[in-house]
Amino acid sequence: MLDEPQEQAEGSLTVYVISEHSSLLPQDMMSYIGPKRTAVVRGIMHREAFNIIGRRIVQVAQAMSLTEDVLAAALADHLPEDKWSAEKRRPLKSSLGYEITFSLLNPDPKSHDVHWDIEGAVRRYVQPFLNALSAAGNFSVDSQILYYAMLGVNPRFDSASSSYYLDMHSLPHVINPVESRLGSSAASLYPVLNFLLYVPELAHSPLYIQDKDGAPVATNAFHSPRWGGIMVYNVDSKTYNASVLPVRVEVDMVRVMEVFLAQLRLLFGIAQPQVPPKCLLSGPTSEGLMTWELDRLLWARSVENLATATTTLTSLAQLLGKISNIVIKDDVASEVYKAVAAVQKSAEELASGHLASAFVASQEAVTSSELAFFDPSLLHLLYFPDDQKFDCLFFCPISQHSTLVH
Amino acid sequence: MLYLFYNLQTENAVKNKKVNILRLLCPGLSSSTKPQSSKAGPEGHLEEARMVSQKPAALLYGSASAPSGAGSLKPVNMAVTDSLSRAATVLAAVLLLSFGSVAASHIEDQAEQFFRSGHTNNWAVLVCTSRFWFNYRHVANTLSVYRSVKRLGIPDSHIVLMLADDMACNPRNPKPATVFSHKNMELNVYGDDVEVDYRSYEVTVENFLRVLTGRIPPSTPRSKRLLSDDRSNILIYMTGHGGNGFLKFQDSEEITNIELADAFEQMWQKRRYNELLFIIDTCQGASMYERFYSPNIMALASSQVGEDSLSHQPDPAIGVHLMDRYTFYVLEFLEEINPASQTNMNDLFQVCPKSLCVSTPGHRTDLFQRDPKNVLITDFFGSVRKVEITTETIKLQQDSEIMESSYKEDQMDEKLMEPLKYAEQLPVAQIIHQKPKLKDWHPPGGFILGLWALIIMVFFKTYGIKHMKFIF
Repeated sequence: MLDEPQEQAEGSLTVYVISEHSSLLPQDMMSYIGPKRTAVVRGIMHREAFNIIGRRIVQVAQAMSLTEDVLAAALADHLPEDKWSAEKRRPLKSSLGYEITFSLLNPDPKSHDVHWDIEGAVRRYVQPFLNALSAAGNFSVDSQILYYAMLGVNPRFDSASSSYYLDMHSLPHVINPVESRLGSSAASLYPVLNFLLYVPELAHSPLYIQDKDGAPVATNAFHSPRWGGIMVYNVDSKTYNASVLPVRVEVDMVRVMEVFLAQLRLLFGIAQPQVPPKCLLSGPTSEGLMTWELDRLLWARSVENLATATTTLTSLAQLLGKISNIVIKDDVASEVYKAVAAVQKSAEELASGHLASAFVASQEAVTSSELAFFDPSLLHLLYFPDDQKFDCLFFCPISQHSTLVH
Repeated sequence: MLYLFYNLQTENAVKNKKVNILRLLCPGLSSSTKPQSSKAGPEGHLEEARMVSQKPAALLYGSASAPSGAGSLKPVNMAVTDSLSRAATVLAAVLLLSFGSVAASHIEDQAEQFFRSGHTNNWAVLVCTSRFWFNYRHVANTLSVYRSVKRLGIPDSHIVLMLADDMACNPRNPKPATVFSHKNMELNVYGDDVEVDYRSYEVTVENFLRVLTGRIPPSTPRSKRLLSDDRSNILIYMTGHGGNGFLKFQDSEEITNIELADAFEQMWQKRRYNELLFIIDTCQGASMYERFYSPNIMALASSQVGEDSLSHQPDPAIGVHLMDRYTFYVLEFLEEINPASQTNMNDLFQVCPKSLCVSTPGHRTDLFQRDPKNVLITDFFGSVRKVEITTETIKLQQDSEIMESSYKEDQMDEKLMEPLKYAEQLPVAQIIHQKPKLKDWHPPGGFILGLWALIIMVFFKTYGIKHMKFIF
């Protein structure tokens, strides 16, 4: 339909205004949001043309780029607000890299011989998504198969549908018994996202997850903020016809990856876009991520990084103010200088709209400030504060008073 | 820039903050001052109706955010306050229609979420600060709390256990490899899956403070780190010998309550915890939490200043006291908690009254934001995850050709794999036929004896026999 003239810079938006009667858009649609930082708005011949068109452009721009709630979510830790909002609690904190682990749980290998082409699925579906997100950090993906891994909860039998179900209140207790076997914490220092695919045992097949109204969930999956997601994969009853156990089960990776990628988007904080009314949203891209969604994420992450870096440096300054004889090593000092320079550069770049360089600078700011703050030599125990040094009230009345005053 | 961001934390006017940021970062976006004006117009009715149907919930709890849709919350702070004034008249009419079960379930949802804690993971730091055999009960205390915490769901990777660990294999232990917490050897809390992270001489004040503040040398393994974040609830349990304002570490150093309070403040500055529960079972334990000044800390102690915490059960076979009273009754209380229970902190405060404990347990909740009766025990002692149903999927295209070819590749790979064999390890043949190493030469034993006899004889010949009685 529209061919992209050139590569759009990160953080920019191009809006085309077309004539009122153009047939590019369906008749009742006023605007269109494209997958790659472009939008189309229908013009109008009217006295207030500029205002109306301007409003439509602003609506489209707000749907596609930075708004206040995105900022509020990014700064949720530093603002004394409602911390219990689900959307603010769900996304992962900004970090240099992430580790994504796919695990297949097979509690009943005697009945199910499960095979999943995880390498192919990762190559075809996950890797393009992560490549699209690569500006946000380094990603590493691994996978494993766990046998005899049970869920912590016994599912109940529903005679109406002759299936087993897990209701919503028992879901929080499912994860803990499995987590110790996942081995995710040994892998790296980056935050880990676990995606589990559970093939229920023959005695408990088919297994559905019920939401709070008692209806089975269409995706048969649930996720936990900052941890990952679990999907229950029911084996098709037709495969049991051969009645020779174990039956070979080939997992349909497309269905599984559709759910896992949706969960990955949610866990990263890429919410479904709030489309203004009478606006057509373009269909999903092959990677599952639109470029301007990445921009929103990078804006939010840059702001979050800047806030974290500044609070870290401020609290470091407060610590130094409290304990005046603390020794700052040269490398700690150089990290502090680097952090301050990076914060200033990032803020300038954000003000002028260069998103990519601003994000990189903000990441450097966070890394340097954390290196400075968490340096092992800054343990306040090693530097006695003045109030714990002089308690010889009896022996040095005059000199103690003068030293405490400073 | 730094100064502007510093002001971000100190000002309370949220609206001003948000507008300032937007003006700074996005000079092009000028419509930020009036967010709800963009929603006016032909599509405004839809928005209004949606917000109005959730009005009862917002009015009842005065909360700043209004839910939209099943389970997901949208922070529309200013929009709610403005829409309240705008649509007050519409409320009366719509209330009659929409105040049915829909609104009721929304209220229930919001009530549940309002009182629930905002944490997503749990950590525990369990410290036993004594060593030596007669402090058996402190190790048993800590290990019993460790068992309870593991039973309720916190995995080993999220527990930092600091113990002197010199009980189970102590030569004075009549039952080696065990640590009992009930007399008559009913319950062995040592077992074979205890993961001690800091043992023996590593339990020092410096290491403890390094764990808390995160200022750890980069070579420290992951199991020895407290990798909590701003959404972690941390349980800190300490036991040992203490005094008024200090706690003794391994009989060689002390930690004061000021240092502990400063460490918690350093944790708060870097947002290393969401909420913290501090439990201490020592003599004069309440003095340790007197100096806390960081928010979101709740503290419990086994005795007040000036009182001693007493031990509970001597076991005649082992010969020492097995547990302290306060921890014993806390553990009895925890035995009844399972991961799904709804017991709250007020019940924990009632544990071990003076009649049972002899000392007066104390608690401190003024720094804690939520009301203790809304705080579940499992918020700190267990690891109950927040869970959401996944309702959306994304559409992916299926590449059937590639799938079939990869299936065939898998089958071929299985046939072509080489048989595995062991790598060459030790050159066993060479070792067996090695020549023995030559030992160093020593003079024969009798020679040395004769030499000494000669020396003594010469000595007595020269100086006389009378010196013999002084030597032999």
